[in-house]
This record gives sequence, structure tokens and C-alpha cells, in this order.
Amino acid sequence: MSVRRLMTGNEAVALGAWHSGAVFASAYPGTPSTEILEFFSEFEGGYAEWAPNEKVALEAAIGACIGGVRALAAMKHVGLNVAADPWFTAPYIGVSGGLVVVSADDPEMHSSQNEQDNRYYAKAAKVPMLEPADSQEAYDLTREAYLMSERFDTPVLLRMTTRVCHSRSMVETREPEKPPAVPYVKDEKKRVMIPGHARLRHPVMVDRLAEMEEFADRFPYQRTEPGAGDSVVVTAGVAYQYVKEAFPGVAILKLAMTNPLPRTLIREFCEQYRDIYVVEELEPFLEEGVAALGLCPRGKESVPRVGELNVDNVRAAFPDLARGTPAPEHLPAVEGLPARPPILCAGCPHRGIMYTLARLKAIIAGDIGCYTLSVLPPLSAHDCQVCMGASITMGHGLEKALELAAGETEEEGLSSHRVVSVLGDSTFFHSGVTGLMEMAYNLGRFTVVILDNRTTAMTGFQHHPGTGSTLQRDPTTTVDIELLARSLGIENVRVVDPYDLEECRTVLSEEMNRDAPSVVISRRACILLDRKARREPYVVLHEACNDCGLCMRIACPALVKRGDEVMILTDSCTGCGVCAQVCKREAIQER
Amino acid sequence: MTAARGGGPEEYVPTRSVVLAGVGGQGTITAANLLASALVAHGYDVKTSEVHGMAQRGGSVISMVRYGSDVASPLVGSGQADALVSTELLETLRNLEFLAPGGKVIGSRTRVDPLPVLQGAVAYPEDAEERLLELVPDSIIVDAAGIAAEAGDARAANTVLLGILSPLLPVGSDEWLDAIERLVPEKALEANRNAFLAGVEIAGRKP
Repeated sequence: MSVRRLMTGNEAVALGAWHSGAVFASAYPGTPSTEILEFFSEFEGGYAEWAPNEKVALEAAIGACIGGVRALAAMKHVGLNVAADPWFTAPYIGVSGGLVVVSADDPEMHSSQNEQDNRYYAKAAKVPMLEPADSQEAYDLTREAYLMSERFDTPVLLRMTTRVCHSRSMVETREPEKPPAVPYVKDEKKRVMIPGHARLRHPVMVDRLAEMEEFADRFPYQRTEPGAGDSVVVTAGVAYQYVKEAFPGVAILKLAMTNPLPRTLIREFCEQYRDIYVVEELEPFLEEGVAALGLCPRGKESVPRVGELNVDNVRAAFPDLARGTPAPEHLPAVEGLPARPPILCAGCPHRGIMYTLARLKAIIAGDIGCYTLSVLPPLSAHDCQVCMGASITMGHGLEKALELAAGETEEEGLSSHRVVSVLGDSTFFHSGVTGLMEMAYNLGRFTVVILDNRTTAMTGFQHHPGTGSTLQRDPTTTVDIELLARSLGIENVRVVDPYDLEECRTVLSEEMNRDAPSVVISRRACILLDRKARREPYVVLHEACNDCGLCMRIACPALVKRGDEVMILTDSCTGCGVCAQVCKREAIQER
Repeated sequence: MTAARGGGPEEYVPTRSVVLAGVGGQGTITAANLLASALVAHGYDVKTSEVHGMAQRGGSVISMVRYGSDVASPLVGSGQADALVSTELLETLRNLEFLAPGGKVIGSRTRVDPLPVLQGAVAYPEDAEERLLELVPDSIIVDAAGIAAEAGDARAANTVLLGILSPLLPVGSDEWLDAIERLVPEKALEANRNAFLAGVEIAGRKP
């Protein structure tokens, strides 16, 4: 049954969970965690679902494990913020079937708005934490996590990082387990957290921390690698790989279980050496723990606290340890090369509406999705953005503030009417709906634009409650956004086609000027999803074009300026016609 | 962490690295998977690394493949790449830092303008190829898309480059073709085989 092949960390987690007998998995897509659930969903006999958000995913997983099966909830680091409410009380309740929660952190912010270090979530919730360093460990530690979860009656945090999620390395699998479901027994004292019950459960958690620490001291995946010399490096996760390569021969204490910290193990191993170093990504989580033992580690004074680590910056942090293995010579970086930022695709339905909003001088409270790319010049169509779902609620506060400040501000025309919140369909279902209630209930009068491209585009086209399909592509109910908005008491709900700039401008202008809350749904499927929506490419009529450059303001990758001349790349153009509508001289025409 | 097994090399092989660069949508990640598959079949320990997410929207893409008896870091450091394989000229220049002393550059002459260039805000370095040859004189730069088109499918440009790379790696042609068969969908198989062999032939002609 054993398989040995190259796989990503995400695939290894999914397989590890499946081989542990986990049969329920719930997640909301988010880079770098998305593929965990996608892989899991391919196993026959299990149940996998896209939840509307991470809080829902974790709560569903808690329910599943109360129901007696092993369950998995996977999310990116900021997803655990959304799920923080159940996260902190789930360990009070404990588990029947094991529960593993995956947090995929994103050092370097390859595809995230921050680089928070979620290891502190494990510590704050008194939950055991495992940190894989490669795909084999992602597989092995996922399997250990289920055993640990049931042994200590607690959820377990499997803390991944982008580099572990998305790198491939060899994995050798083991015999799968098929644990029987745990029969359901009513136990309200353990599962209903009224204060009287929770007060009984919290001391249990504190006591089990001591047991878990003893376990962590003896956990076989904690790796001690003795070395010559006077130095030892304490490390965990992918940082271990960089340490091994940058400092060959140096003693290493590589931890797999990092909460609770194996304090006896750390003390006993480190005391054999004179100099103690800690190499870890992001925050000084281990370093603080080692320092609290009265040891004097060197760490974040030299190791970068921001961004990803790599062999180069680890070597540079402690050159004394790298003696004998100098940094390889290399060519200097070539300076002055044009950057290659990600952009809205040719034919992207977000382009027309974001362009129109910018032209209407909207103050745009944005959200998380492809459309956030419109913040870059020349569209420059975003004013603020913080997290999933915050567009509507921030817009609400912004509108109220501009009203409160009216008359006090010098600037002409800084009207609260200019406030527009913009978010995608998947983000709306994730955490925009409560914001819409806030606007309706608390008498907001601004405009919410929902960019309904019929998918979760940014993370790779996952279904959501508005697509009419489950993850398995089974037909299901479809949320009617218009009806939903109306049911909240919002009377002005309109739908526009983002390819029709005239319609967008008229409708948005009317709704922004209205003294009432309004919702404008910009509806058109993502061009990458709906290949049939592609039309014949457009062409530039050079005799009519006066090179005014207006069309370049829509930032379409199919439109290029070569010398003074604008031309359309026919291979890239999808025939959306937005550029033709921007042109004042009718110089862009259908071919 | 695992030593090489199977029919692979018996003696200890230190870690070697290939960096593959390109632009989102050019198939860089698929090429890296192909390379990794051939190396695994040969018996090496292999690690690959790439960046997902925003890169899918026309941004720069880098894939790294490392192999040997016992590979630690999945990331290639500066000056560690024995070869830089790139499907776009600007990206070739951008990633020269990775190249080890004596490392080989194998690139396509393809040019994909980034947004600031499309907008006319900055110029694409017209002398990219000359600058590259100045910095790394033995670089092999070909019209990979054109060669791939002749082989049957312009999208197999990456496979042409892998063909040029192949003599530098201790993996036999049969093993490469097996990997192509494993990973390339049936309808693109013939074109990719031909593209690979066209690359091998080019490599044979170069000094």
C-alpha cells in the first residue's frame, strides 16, 4: 500500500489526513492552503466542502468531530483570524474524533495582506502545535496530529508555511488507518460552554498542558543532531533546511512540536554547548521560549524578522557558523529592469467597473480579490483595504465620518456620496453579508458594488454559495444576491454589465447620488472561466487614432504602446470592447 | 532527508540546482515538474519550489528544482544554480543572480512586455540579449516558441529548452521521454517529444 513519490506539502497533508481516517474536511480557499482541500476532495468515500468562510469551516469540523469522525479544517493564516472565535473555545470542548486545524502562514506575503505568525495562536489557545519542515513531515505530522488530538482531547494546530505548502519533496506513505467512528454520547457539561461548564474545563486545559509538554520532550519527531564545535542551533519548520545547508556540521535541535515547548529537551541538549542560536521565520517565538529558560540565545538580533528565510540570509545572519562554507560567488542583480507586477487579465470584467468608479471620483473601500490589483496605476482605483469583507463596513464608517466632518473640511466636494464599497461575490458570501446588514440597519446611504464574476477567481475558481454548484459540482441552491439585499431592506438594487461602460456610468452615478443605501451588482463571469465569452479581437484604426493615450488608462495587457503607436495584441484580446468605449475618436473597432 | 534509492547513483551526489523562470501562463511550473519527474526516476532525492498566487495574473514566475543524494533547502540560493532555464528574456536577466560560477543559461528569445512597458512608462531593454551574452557569454538563446511550433505546438517551448538542458544532466534521453509520457496529456505528447528532441539536437550543435 505504501507509495513513494514527489508531492507538495499540501498534498501530503491531505493524504496524511486521509490515511489517518479523517473523512470530513471543510475549508475556505486561500493561498497557500487552497490545494489541501482540493486534494482531499479527490479521495473517494470522504466528504469535502468549501465553506463560505473559515469560521464556518472550523465550526463544521468541530461538529463533525463531536459526531465521532476525524475532521480537518484548512485555512490560510488570516483565515484563522476569522475562525478565532471557535478556535479559542474548541479546546475547552475537546474532541471525539480527532480534529486537526491547518494554518498556512505566508512569510514574504507572496499572496497575503500581512505576515502574521500564527504560532502564537497555538500558545494563546493552549493547543498543541506541529511544524513540518518538508512534505514527508507534512504527511507524518498530520498523522501524528490526529493521534495527539485524541490522546489529549484537543484540536491540534498544524502550522504550515508557503514554502512547505508549495514545495515538492519525496514522501513515503504508511499503512492507512481506518478508526471506527466514536459513538455519539450526550455530554453537555463538556460541550455546552456556559460559564459554569467552561470554568470546569479551563483547569483541565491547564493540567493537560503539563502532560503535553512531557509528551513533547519525548516526541520522536523532535530531532537532535549533535555536532562538533561549541554551537547549537534551535530551529523548526523549513528554517531547518536552510540551517542544515548554511551551517553544515553544526549541532541542531530541530523541533517538530513547538507548543507546548519541550523545555527539558531544549535545556538538556543546549546545555552541552556554549553558544545557542535560534533560527526561525517571522517572530522570535522559539527564541522567547529558549530565553525564558534562562539560556541566552542569539536570534532575531541577526535573523530577519520580516520575509522568508533562505540559505543566503541565514548564512549572513551568523557568518561565524558558516566558516568553511562561504557564500557562493554570483553575478550582481541586473539593475533597472522593468518590474512585472500582476495585472487584471485582458477581458477581466473588473476592469470596466473599476475604471468607471475611478472616473466618477469614488472613494473606494476595497476588499480581497483580483480586483484589488486595480489599486495599481494607471487605474489607481482603491482608497483602502484591510481584510476579507471589510469593504462594506469600512465604507460605512467612512461615510459616517465624512458626514460628521462635513463643513469642517476645506476640500470641495468631499461628499459622503463618493463612498463606494467594492467586493467580489465570494468575498461577499465570506463576510460581506453582515456588512450589508450594518449598512441597511444603521442607515448607511452609500453604494455597495458586488463584482459577481461567478467564482472565487484569485485562488483558482472554487465554487461558492452563489455558483449553484458544490465542490463536487453537484447542483445546489444559489444565493440570489438581489433578493438577499432586498430582504435586508435595501430598495435600490441594480445589475449592470461591466462590459457596458455607459450603463455602468449611468447606474453608478445615479446610485452614488441617491440619499439611500444601494447595491449595484456588476455581473459577468471571469474571462478565464468562461471561454465562450471570448469574441473577435478589436483593432486600432491608425488613421483615426491621434495617440491621446486615453485607452491606455484601462491597463489592459492586450493594449500596447510601441513607440508612439497604440496597437492591440490579437492573441491576448478577448473582444470585451471596453477600450473601444473609452476611445473618443472611434479609433478602436471590431475586426 | 531521504537518501537516493532505486536504480540511482550509488556514490554521494552533492546538491545541484536548476532555476526555471518565466511569466505566468508560460508553463514554467509544468516544465519544472517534468524535470523533477525525470530526476526522481533516475533515483535522486529531489525538491522543487515555486510561488503560486498573484503570479497567475501575468507576474514573474520562478520554479526551482534541486537534486542530489540529500537535498536540504527547497530554495536555490544566489550563485547556486547550475542552469538557468528561462522562457522570457527579461526574466532571464532578472534571475542571473542565481547562476553559479560556470553555470549555464538556456533561454528563449521570447519577449513578454510587462505592464509598465505596455503602458509606455518604461522601455523594454531592447539590448536584453546582448547584455545577457556580455554577462554570460556561453548562454544559449533560441527562438523556443518557433522551434516548438515546428515540432507541432508553440506551447511546448519549455520542452525545447529542457531538451537543450538535458545533456548537462545525468539523465538519459529515454528517462526524459518517459517523464514526458508520464506528465504530458495525450494530445500534446507527440509535439512535446519532437520539441524535446529538437532541443537535444540544438545542444549537440553548440560548442
